[in-house]
Amino acid sequence: MNLLHTEGLTREFGGIIAVSNVDFEVEEGLITGLIGPNGAGKTTCFNNMTGLDTPTKGKVFFKVNGEDKDITGWPAYKICRLGIARTFQNIRLFKELTVGENIMVGCHFKTGKSPFSGRFANAVRSYVRMKDETEELYERTRKWMEFFNLAPFEYEAAKNLPYGQQRELEIARAMASDPKLLFLDEPAAGMNPNETEDLMKTILRIRNLGVTVVLIEHDMRLVMQICDNITVLNYGQKIACGTPNDIKHDPQVIEAYLGKEDEE
Amino acid sequence: MFNFIILIFIYTAIYSLLAMGQNVITGYTGMLSLCQAGFFAIGSYATALLSVKCGWNFWATLPVSIGLSALFGLIIGLPTLRLKGDYLCIATLGFGEIVRNILINWMSLTNGPNGVQRIPMVKIFGFAINPRSRNWQYLIFCAIWVLVCYLLFERLARSRMGRAMEAIREDEIAAASNGINVTKYKVAAFMLGAGVAGLAGSLQAELILSVMPSTYTFMLSVMVLCMVVLGGMGNFKAAIFGAFIIEVIDYLPKMLGLTSVLPPQFKQILFGLILVVMMICRPQGILGRQNNALRRSREAAK
Amino acid sequence: MSFAEFFQHFINGVTLGGTYALIALGYTMVYGILGFINFAHGDILMVGAYIGLFTFNALRGSQDFGLWPTVAFFIAMVVSMVFCACLGMLTERIAYKPLRKATRLAPLLSAIGVSFILSNTAAWLWGTQSRRFPKPFEDQAISFGGVSVTPHQILILVVTVIMMVAMQLYVAKTRMGKAMRATSLDQDTARLMGINSDHVISLTFAIGSALAACGGILIALDFTCYPTMGTMTGTKAFVAAVIGGIGNIPGAMLGGVILGLLETFGVAILGIPTGMRDTIAFVALIIILLVKPEGILGKAEKEKV
Repeated sequence: MNLLHTEGLTREFGGIIAVSNVDFEVEEGLITGLIGPNGAGKTTCFNNMTGLDTPTKGKVFFKVNGEDKDITGWPAYKICRLGIARTFQNIRLFKELTVGENIMVGCHFKTGKSPFSGRFANAVRSYVRMKDETEELYERTRKWMEFFNLAPFEYEAAKNLPYGQQRELEIARAMASDPKLLFLDEPAAGMNPNETEDLMKTILRIRNLGVTVVLIEHDMRLVMQICDNITVLNYGQKIACGTPNDIKHDPQVIEAYLGKEDEE
Repeated sequence: MFNFIILIFIYTAIYSLLAMGQNVITGYTGMLSLCQAGFFAIGSYATALLSVKCGWNFWATLPVSIGLSALFGLIIGLPTLRLKGDYLCIATLGFGEIVRNILINWMSLTNGPNGVQRIPMVKIFGFAINPRSRNWQYLIFCAIWVLVCYLLFERLARSRMGRAMEAIREDEIAAASNGINVTKYKVAAFMLGAGVAGLAGSLQAELILSVMPSTYTFMLSVMVLCMVVLGGMGNFKAAIFGAFIIEVIDYLPKMLGLTSVLPPQFKQILFGLILVVMMICRPQGILGRQNNALRRSREAAK
Repeated sequence: MSFAEFFQHFINGVTLGGTYALIALGYTMVYGILGFINFAHGDILMVGAYIGLFTFNALRGSQDFGLWPTVAFFIAMVVSMVFCACLGMLTERIAYKPLRKATRLAPLLSAIGVSFILSNTAAWLWGTQSRRFPKPFEDQAISFGGVSVTPHQILILVVTVIMMVAMQLYVAKTRMGKAMRATSLDQDTARLMGINSDHVISLTFAIGSALAACGGILIALDFTCYPTMGTMTGTKAFVAAVIGGIGNIPGAMLGGVILGLLETFGVAILGIPTGMRDTIAFVALIIILLVKPEGILGKAEKEKV
């Protein structure tokens, strides 16, 4: 069953078509890979699905309570509250804040149960009765710190963490919002093989929590090992879609990655 | 001499309020606003006009002054806050100047450059506080306000709202992707900063017992900014500390009888130097940022 | 309003706008390369006006009008431009260069500091009273069917047009201009390509400040010289740069002229009191930021994520 899908997603930047008519499908509970050469429009796709950018044409649907909801053009914060979290290609942490605070921002909107007040009103109320709210949020934060083995660095400023852990922290922050769907933008970029190995395990653990994962990645070993489904983009267009095995043998994909064989 | 020292403390108190407001806007949310003087003026004039022309008592004018300043914070904030920080700085500068322009030109309401005189004194349970003859009483009166605001802001710093503001300062896009409604918090920060500046304005009006547009210049906004930068951005104690240092610098020449020796622009040049030197040598300010709000709030909760 | 009257306001607006455009160029160039508002730019303009005034007074001699005062005026203009170019480079060196890798707020705060130092030092050295800039030649208006143009309006237009064309050619045609464009696109890559980006930045400040000095003198001719003249004029020039599209040289010119026209017509047609004249620029700024934040000629750019 599709958790999220797009219909004819298109994004133009002043005449340049970054994403063209892409029908992208994410099956619930699985890990979907989005691959393609540099500049194929993968990150643009992500941005359009997470509200950081608005598509020129096309629609994005997200399943909420069994019904497809049109979330095209929604602001990022609302999409996040609906259950879609993401990380960024070049890590965007709150550098001066501590590891704990970073994660706590991730579960920012998770407190307050009053049905007739907005999130902002909750923030104001939390200001008044700070104690309960802090404890409640802290419980969540602690859980995620433990899940990602970040507890020893709780009071460390995010900017002081080593690179690999900054990546983990970013994922932890995204997970803190209890998403149904997690977008990872090149999570293994700049990692050594050992770190990549750990990351793979982490992603599988996240999936085992029942969270659907979509990832952009250039590390083919990682993609082929953990993805259940793969979609390939080239020049903004979807050129293939299927299981890792299908993709490996797809002639169009091979062409996109290796170029056409010369006919002598 | 003793009176003079008390006067410095009174000014420190009033300016601490302005600096704390600036700190919410600049130190916490990371927006460079240059119109604390404008909000300060709105607060002062609200109290002055309502008490002189309508005969309201100070306590009745206070909510109007705070509310009106916050409302103007909202009005200037909504169109500009969605934009990049650099534009905000010019737009707010413009707003501050417009306020002053209006105060000078709207003769029928504000009495133009001459301002409003003979503002009635603050009364507490029928007991008037004369800021001239019993200035230590006025100092206590102001200090209470500073204390109250400080406690409220300290609490903000450790609350979810404060954390959201800091997240916006660090990375707006990441904050939005983590479910934070960036515009709302920015406007909230702006209104808080403006509101507390309005309060400071009312206290200023009751201290001088008259208001004049020439008090509320761009220079004043820069001075407030200097306090925050000097003390340390993102730290409310530091804002108060910065206000104290700047006020001492402001009044030191007068106190030591150096006014005839030093050029009248001495202070302003010094403030300029403070900004440049602090940015180059110690951008975090003397006291630095107050980190680890989470740890502090957890310890406070225990 | 008759056609002649309309045309009169139009001429006044264009000349006023021309000076804004000259100053706006400095903002736009620095913004294009370093990505921050050089707050002190307005005060450099003020220094330029004063230096021009002093040099002119020293050279002019006793003669009121004539050939020599006119020559002296242009000499004073060049002297002031050179002086301000040096001043601009100096401020960049001291106050901005150490902050290139700092947070976004740091150079902005530092620039506010520099602006304060300059304007108040000027007030200290030269007094706070405003000074009249003597006209280098007789200011007898020339009339064309009801529209009067003063020689000094013509001077402003001529100087502005020459500076703009020179600037545009310099950036578009010369090697250094190419280096400038490269640096504004990507400082690090430009450096890897063998461009000394420090030099380019210094040069940008020098050119921007020289143009500001020129604009300052022209403004002083129109109004007067006073130590805080830079804040308002500079801010308006910045608004002009934003209207045209910040970082864009033709945009600065267009924005300047538009703002100049808005101001003259705002006072003439809408009857905005002269005391509130400065408000027009800010209202224009807010409107443009809401409607087309990248400016008329600017390209929309999104932060890359």
